[in-house]
Amino acid sequence: MTRLLPALLALLILASPAHAVSDPAEMLANPAQEHRAEAIGDQLRCLVCQNESVEQSDADLAKDFRRIIRQRVVAGDTNQQVIAWMVARYGDFIRLRPPVNGETLVLWAAPLIALLVAAGAVLIGWRRRGRTPEPLSAAERQHLANLLE
Amino acid sequence: MDALTRRRMLMLAPLGLAAAAGGGFWGLLMRMQQGTYDPHTLPSMLVGKKLPSFSLPGQPPSSGFSSTDITAGGRPALVNFFASWCIPCIQEAPTLAQLREQQVPIWGIAYKDTIPATAGFLQQNGDPYVRVARDQGGQVAIDFGVYGVPETYLVDKDGVVRLRWAGGLSDDIVRDTLLPMLKSLA
Amino acid sequence: MSPELGHFALALAVAIAAAQAVLPLAGAHHRDARLMAAAPALAIGQLLALATSFGCLVWSAVIDDFSVFDVAENSSTNEPLIYKITGTWGNHEGSILLWCLILACCGAAVAAFGRNLPSALRARVIGVLGLVSAGFLLYALTVSNPFLRVWPPPLDGRNINPLLQDPGLAMHPPVLYAGYVGFAIPFAFAVAALIEGRVDAAWGRWVRPWALGAWCLLTSGIALGSWWAYYELGWGGFWFWDPVENASLLPWLTGTALLHSAIVVEKRDALKTWTVLLAIGTFSLSLCGTFMVRSGLLNSVHAFASDPTRGVFILVLLALVIGGSLLLFGLRAPQLAPSGVFAPISREGALVLNNVLLCSVAAVVFTGTLYPPFAALVFGATLSVGPPYFHLTVVPLLVPLFLAMSVGPVLPWKRADLLPGVLRLWWAAALAALVGIAAEAGLRNAFAAAGFAAATWLIVGAFAELTERVRLFRIPLAATWGRATAQPLAVWGAAIAHAGMGVTVAGIAGMALSASTIVSMHPGQAISFGGYDWALTGIHSQPGSNYTARVADLLVTRNGKQVALFHPSRRNFAREQQTISDTAIQTNLVRDLYTVMGDERDGQVVLRLHVNILAPWIWLGALIMAIGGALSLADRRLRVGAPARRRALLPVRVSSWTR
Repeated sequence: MTRLLPALLALLILASPAHAVSDPAEMLANPAQEHRAEAIGDQLRCLVCQNESVEQSDADLAKDFRRIIRQRVVAGDTNQQVIAWMVARYGDFIRLRPPVNGETLVLWAAPLIALLVAAGAVLIGWRRRGRTPEPLSAAERQHLANLLE
Repeated sequence: MDALTRRRMLMLAPLGLAAAAGGGFWGLLMRMQQGTYDPHTLPSMLVGKKLPSFSLPGQPPSSGFSSTDITAGGRPALVNFFASWCIPCIQEAPTLAQLREQQVPIWGIAYKDTIPATAGFLQQNGDPYVRVARDQGGQVAIDFGVYGVPETYLVDKDGVVRLRWAGGLSDDIVRDTLLPMLKSLA
Repeated sequence: MSPELGHFALALAVAIAAAQAVLPLAGAHHRDARLMAAAPALAIGQLLALATSFGCLVWSAVIDDFSVFDVAENSSTNEPLIYKITGTWGNHEGSILLWCLILACCGAAVAAFGRNLPSALRARVIGVLGLVSAGFLLYALTVSNPFLRVWPPPLDGRNINPLLQDPGLAMHPPVLYAGYVGFAIPFAFAVAALIEGRVDAAWGRWVRPWALGAWCLLTSGIALGSWWAYYELGWGGFWFWDPVENASLLPWLTGTALLHSAIVVEKRDALKTWTVLLAIGTFSLSLCGTFMVRSGLLNSVHAFASDPTRGVFILVLLALVIGGSLLLFGLRAPQLAPSGVFAPISREGALVLNNVLLCSVAAVVFTGTLYPPFAALVFGATLSVGPPYFHLTVVPLLVPLFLAMSVGPVLPWKRADLLPGVLRLWWAAALAALVGIAAEAGLRNAFAAAGFAAATWLIVGAFAELTERVRLFRIPLAATWGRATAQPLAVWGAAIAHAGMGVTVAGIAGMALSASTIVSMHPGQAISFGGYDWALTGIHSQPGSNYTARVADLLVTRNGKQVALFHPSRRNFAREQQTISDTAIQTNLVRDLYTVMGDERDGQVVLRLHVNILAPWIWLGALIMAIGGALSLADRRLRVGAPARRRALLPVRVSSWTR
């Protein structure tokens, strides 16, 4: 399962190849490394604009981040190590994909919890429908008698 | 519990959820008004840790400094990142000057700036710094976790970062937060 | 003169809304026919007062009346006229006034088009709308007044944010707000029904057109916003799962569930509790969206100027409206009559599954959007939730939803056998598999292949029920045509809307295949990229009304034939010291050519070039969905009491009988 998740993630990252206009000289010569660097950049939030990823943002700080990411990729760090390097300096906030730990348990379990709650509500409604309605109480019977007169 | 009561409780559940959410929102709003919650600022990862080690060239005529120079003083100090193109830096200059008059050592780092521009800035706005270094590439700033200028770090005598203030320092912040902390660390 | 008139009209609207809230509800409670009959007049009166007020605000902006604080902050003399008008709602106070205006339109619409409703129900619906209106109008009048004056008036205004000076801005907020606020009508219907204590099939029929109308507008509004971000912001993407984007998606998700649920209430008298809860929930989510955006609680660059004191007012308003309606729901819903019976495998069952999945997606989006403040409050942790989270959690829920989307309509009501229903879709499944395999083999992109397969399944499957009804290929084509034109518009509408979803999915899958590159070129240079030849013919300066621009001229050819002549530019707004890139896009509705201009250095300019495959389909699909919804809306069966069209009586020819 832990191996499925990064694969799924890689699949979904392919879905969003947006980049900022920057210097073409910034891109790495090795396309595989450049691809990895872009994938890492897509995972980090630009701290100036705050609703763009480091890859997408035009901000100065984002350019610096992109440069550092590429430096570390060339130096041989894995994706996890580069992200950990950034998190050590800026905290979990910089990660667009929140970490999986005790604090984010509810967050990551949200789809399952939502499905269970909704399905539970459906089941409860189901069981109720089979029943015949409750017999009238004395007050209700009296009310009915009054209406029928 | 009969069926009708159970059903009633189920139907009131959405209200319960909404009330809990509303309470949460209210708590956040109150904190925002007090200033303890701001969705746009970042807490510093350095608080409670030692200064990252670095060594930077100086802004002439000052000589550069390294992380050991800051702790060599044996007393708490401030590290201030600034830039000539940054308007809040101009606005906080008087506050920094006041701190200097109160004998607080401030170590300045010019962030991604040129020598002439920094010189002009210091001339126009005063130089409250013990020494001024230049971080032209911004690499040291990233090690600090800087994400904008100005930023000020309060370092105790052992080189452990105690406070990070992002944005310009104002007299209120100095009076209410910075000075008490400096006093407690002395 | 006109700001004072506008201010007075606003105060008048508050008074009328208060009357609209109290009188009809009292009238319905006491069965007083005169009070109930006052409801439509009050609703229309409120609309007139608010229209006057809003008109005065717009007029103040048009004539550059900078004594009005709002105009001074958000407009200026050298702005083009269109942006003076549309800038009215580009800021907090003006947009709240627009919100109130649309809410008043809703009340007036119920007054005008709800003549066939029982008077008690109509009075209650208008009364509830009046309650909500009164709350928001009070907010607008007191804390968020657009008619505040500044004296002495400045010589010129501050100018609107350059990013917002765009035609897309003219259309996106009003349409989006119309969608948001439009769901107030189903909300009012739900609350009115709960007060009355009765939800029946007739209620379902009355609610559905209003929900459908609001849904069409919300779909269009969201699509416009996404399209605008794509062509204006220049980052090449179209959806960032930003909190304010999610705030618009949440009511859309539950609104879609509401739409489908209302069908079951109308046709089968079942799922009443769900539908009422969805109606309340959708508008509640709209309101929550307002709160989140305007309170500054969320980290979104789209947020308006945040002000915690305003946040408290809105929170109290929300507590009253949402809390009140949910309390009413909790107290009255258990007493609703038991619903119709149906088997798990049936069209109702499929719609229940649809509800469950849509609400789950909404819950996930809600959780993700609000988790950062929640974590800050509870754990003191600072984290952020971005697109990767939403992709990982929402996509697995969408898979069963897409499957059900095509299977559901072919199942009969009440009880069905799954296998025959699914077998009727065999050709949709086969085509989808074929497309998926071909795409994977040809493009080597698993995400795109899966997306294309899903799109094929949705588009082909959408017409499955129709082809069954017209017996396509089983009877002569002329007879098929006769049957097709005789189908109610709602059937066509549903098929087209579902197909539109498929088109959007195809567009999103296509974006995964898009190619982009960043190059540095000097005038006269040409490169080859993405199957096209791009030649930079020149760079020149161009002044605008409130900016100066550097424009690059880019000629794109393919095999020697000209495809496009682009002029991407960078506009420098001197007053705000802001430079924005103006992207240049050329579309042939199958692929977009997208160029953004970057910095210039040493006579060279940095350009980013994209070839976005199928990108236009993302928004075309949304347009198709809205058209499908509008077609459904036009169905005569939804207009209860519509006069039956008189057919010319054909003389009966005896001879035809004896044939």
